[in-house]
Amino acid sequence: MSIEVRHISKRFGRFDALRSVSLRVPDGELVALLGPSGCGKTTLLRIIAGLETPDPAAGSQILFDDRDVARTDAGRRGVGFVFQHYALFRHMTVFENIAFGLRVRPRRLRPPEEHIRARVDELVRLVQIEGMDRRFPDQLSGGQRQRVALARALAVEPRVLLLDEPFGALDAKVRQDLRRWLRRLHDEIRATTVFVTHDQEEALEVADRIVVMNHGRIEQEGTPDEVFHSPASEFVMQFIGNVNLFHGRIDAGKAIFGSLALPASAAQPTAGGGARLLVRPHDLDISRQDTGNGIPARIVRLQSAGPVAKLELESDDGQPIKVELPHSRFRELELTNDERVFVVPSGGRLVLEDYAI
Amino acid sequence: MGTMRLRLKHQSPLPGFGLTLGYSLLYLGLIVLLPLATLPVRAAGMSWRELWEVISDARAVASYKLTLGTAFAAAVANAVFGFVVAWTLVRYRFPGRRLLDAFVDLPFAMPTAISGIALTSIYAPNGWLGRWLEPLGVKAAFTPLGIAVALTFIGLPFVVRTVQPALQEVDLELEDAAATLGANRWQTFHRVIFPAVLPALITGFALAFARALGEYGSVVFIAGNMPMKTEITSLLIIVKLEQYDYAGAAAIACVMLAASFAILLAINLLQWYVARRHRGTS
Amino acid sequence: MVHGSASQPGAGGSRHAEGATRDPALVKWCLVAVSAGFLLLFLGVPLAAVFVEALRKGLGTYLASCRDPAALAAIRLTLWVAAIAVPANVVFGLAASWAIARFEFVGKSLLTTLLDLPFAVSPVISGLIYVLLFGLHGWFGPWLAAHHLKVVFAVPGVVLATVFVTFPFVARELIPLMQAQGSEEEQAALVLGAGGWQAFRRVTLPNIKWGLLYGVILCNARAMGEFGAVSVVSGHIRGKTNTIPLHVEILYNEYNFAAAFAVASLLALLALVTLGAKTLAETKVRRDLATAVPVPPQEDPVP
Repeated sequence: MSIEVRHISKRFGRFDALRSVSLRVPDGELVALLGPSGCGKTTLLRIIAGLETPDPAAGSQILFDDRDVARTDAGRRGVGFVFQHYALFRHMTVFENIAFGLRVRPRRLRPPEEHIRARVDELVRLVQIEGMDRRFPDQLSGGQRQRVALARALAVEPRVLLLDEPFGALDAKVRQDLRRWLRRLHDEIRATTVFVTHDQEEALEVADRIVVMNHGRIEQEGTPDEVFHSPASEFVMQFIGNVNLFHGRIDAGKAIFGSLALPASAAQPTAGGGARLLVRPHDLDISRQDTGNGIPARIVRLQSAGPVAKLELESDDGQPIKVELPHSRFRELELTNDERVFVVPSGGRLVLEDYAI
Repeated sequence: MGTMRLRLKHQSPLPGFGLTLGYSLLYLGLIVLLPLATLPVRAAGMSWRELWEVISDARAVASYKLTLGTAFAAAVANAVFGFVVAWTLVRYRFPGRRLLDAFVDLPFAMPTAISGIALTSIYAPNGWLGRWLEPLGVKAAFTPLGIAVALTFIGLPFVVRTVQPALQEVDLELEDAAATLGANRWQTFHRVIFPAVLPALITGFALAFARALGEYGSVVFIAGNMPMKTEITSLLIIVKLEQYDYAGAAAIACVMLAASFAILLAINLLQWYVARRHRGTS
Repeated sequence: MVHGSASQPGAGGSRHAEGATRDPALVKWCLVAVSAGFLLLFLGVPLAAVFVEALRKGLGTYLASCRDPAALAAIRLTLWVAAIAVPANVVFGLAASWAIARFEFVGKSLLTTLLDLPFAVSPVISGLIYVLLFGLHGWFGPWLAAHHLKVVFAVPGVVLATVFVTFPFVARELIPLMQAQGSEEEQAALVLGAGGWQAFRRVTLPNIKWGLLYGVILCNARAMGEFGAVSVVSGHIRGKTNTIPLHVEILYNEYNFAAAFAVASLLALLALVTLGAKTLAETKVRRDLATAVPVPPQEDPVP
């Protein structure tokens, strides 16, 4: 089932959680809503689920398979929701938790008890918590509780699965295992899935598409590759991975960054306009010669303990630059602190700004 | 930023707000607010002059003095002994501690009339304790002293149950720190522990006091109920009712309510003040 | 701020101190002796007196007093009043707790403060207001008289006054408990397709059952033992409008001490049972509070 939200806004008191957000999730896709605290991702998720109502606005719609469900109760939308802190029913066993959605169905829709039992057993096997049916939530570990929460949500065969920071409350190792497991589960079940996370690694690893949000708006929507390698805005770039941001200007068909001149091709580069160069630390090299394609800088810190050698430099106009070098290259250069060198980008994104004068 | 819409209720996915709030307000309105409204209305039926005459009548004033005096004395006794009891229950371990702890709530569980007659029989001149006190010249039954004793019984749990959590929360580390700085136990108590629980003690005192002001059942047997001498204010209200002096009864009731609310207000202010101070120093 | 009595943290726990924070043994045992002595004197002796005086004229008189028709009528009335007042206040308590603990609305703190009202009002005043409302010269007096209905000096008045003095007990216990537990489980139930009542029955009630029981125990003890308010409203009509405490009063005023204490001992026994049941329920409530899942900080803060 596809999900589409159009022009959704939500305000809590004086705080704008969402500002006219529109998004479409095709059937069967696994999408991550990624962003920092307060960006609106959980609010959007809860609105899709029916746990919050969007502010009334023109054109505001919530569509499941092109049908408006904005006025439908959460219980009737056919969504499965997994809460960040699981919200397992503490006075029920694992079995009763998972069976809950089936047992509360109105009589004519309720499956017979044997069917319910079979379904619960099937789910218990699917989420790999065999042997724990009779346990209570407080007798389970965090990872086990999370899987019970998932099984419970899946029991009613939702057409949409929504997860709110599903792995947020777990420790790193468990998180990694569950991440991969979720991906495999999705591949098996193929339900349209949307999950919220503030962990970019998680989003990059698990999702088919990532929706990056900030301050109640969608900054970028795209595959992990697109979002990582072609960030649409400064925010996305800063949020995902490390990046160096250089400011320069356009002059005579070239983008000038200090002594670095790059051809400013295509678009409409206006003379006197601004330019930005976004380069990942591992796309930068160090050179001692001024070959006209490097930015002069002074080495401030060297750190060689770790998978790569990390350098911190400061450019002539005071800008901090982060560079990552493979150890072989680092040893080859024999760099010292305070040394003046040239930072040479070997890749990156050049963003040209149009100036309207 | 845009206009802020006035919201009477923050939206929630949970159902049942209208039903539950509506029912609660209806219930409260009919059972609590409507009856209570009769008091000021009835009292307002009198002119100011009449009102003043009723309230300041000698018999009434005598009852105020008695009620306030005995309630205060009882609250003080409870503050002192209640503190000791709370301290003992929280800090020491001894056989029967749990039993004693549960027992503290007896005045909450016991009907006031029952405690009333029990206390009277004990402190009467030929009662278990009365017969010891009589030769010493101490008359307990049918005197203000008896009233104070009954009120002490009633108010005890208030102090203990308010001070216990506060003592519970005193950080043992603070006491350790004081000890390492050279304070002896008394100094530690006096300068570190006691100030920390003083607000709770005052709250407990005020609650016991407020309760004692309005108490009827446990007092009316042991008091003797002689007008001008051992007649408490709540009894005076009943007397006026029996004389069909509804307005007078309402007037005195208003005085009592005003006193209770004043005390409750004082408690709230005190709690607010303490919360502010703690926020400032934490 | 509503604090249920069971939700007071640590009331009943012990903080046994070690080393530098331990008081000298002499001080400890002196204080223990003073505490025990005080409690014994002020609480224990009166309690014992009830039973001793009740049995002073022998077991035969004791039983006869309890079987006396007027006494039986008083017992019946007390049970009826409790049977009406307690459930009524449970329904109110559940409704009020749901509204207060699960929603934010204008006037919420006012409503919460109203719950403390009976504790600020003298029992006599609690009865007085019903006389002023329903008595012969009260607001509804003429109307009631015209329809041959009696509230004051009749059973309905007794019930109403009892309801008034006991209405907060259940709500005060449930509100902090439900607030601590948060509404996530109920939200989960709703998304899974449960209706409002289903979620309440299957999710909320089991979670609050100990708090509810505790509130019921307190409410019942007070309902059966209320004296001042009922005294004003009942008219003391022997055999008709006397609850057990009022019957005790009558016997006592007639100098029929043994009988008075005999009947009184029934309530004293109830008090002891109440204390026991209360203590048991209290431990369960405290455990529920301690394990209540903290509501995670809302990502988008609700001011």
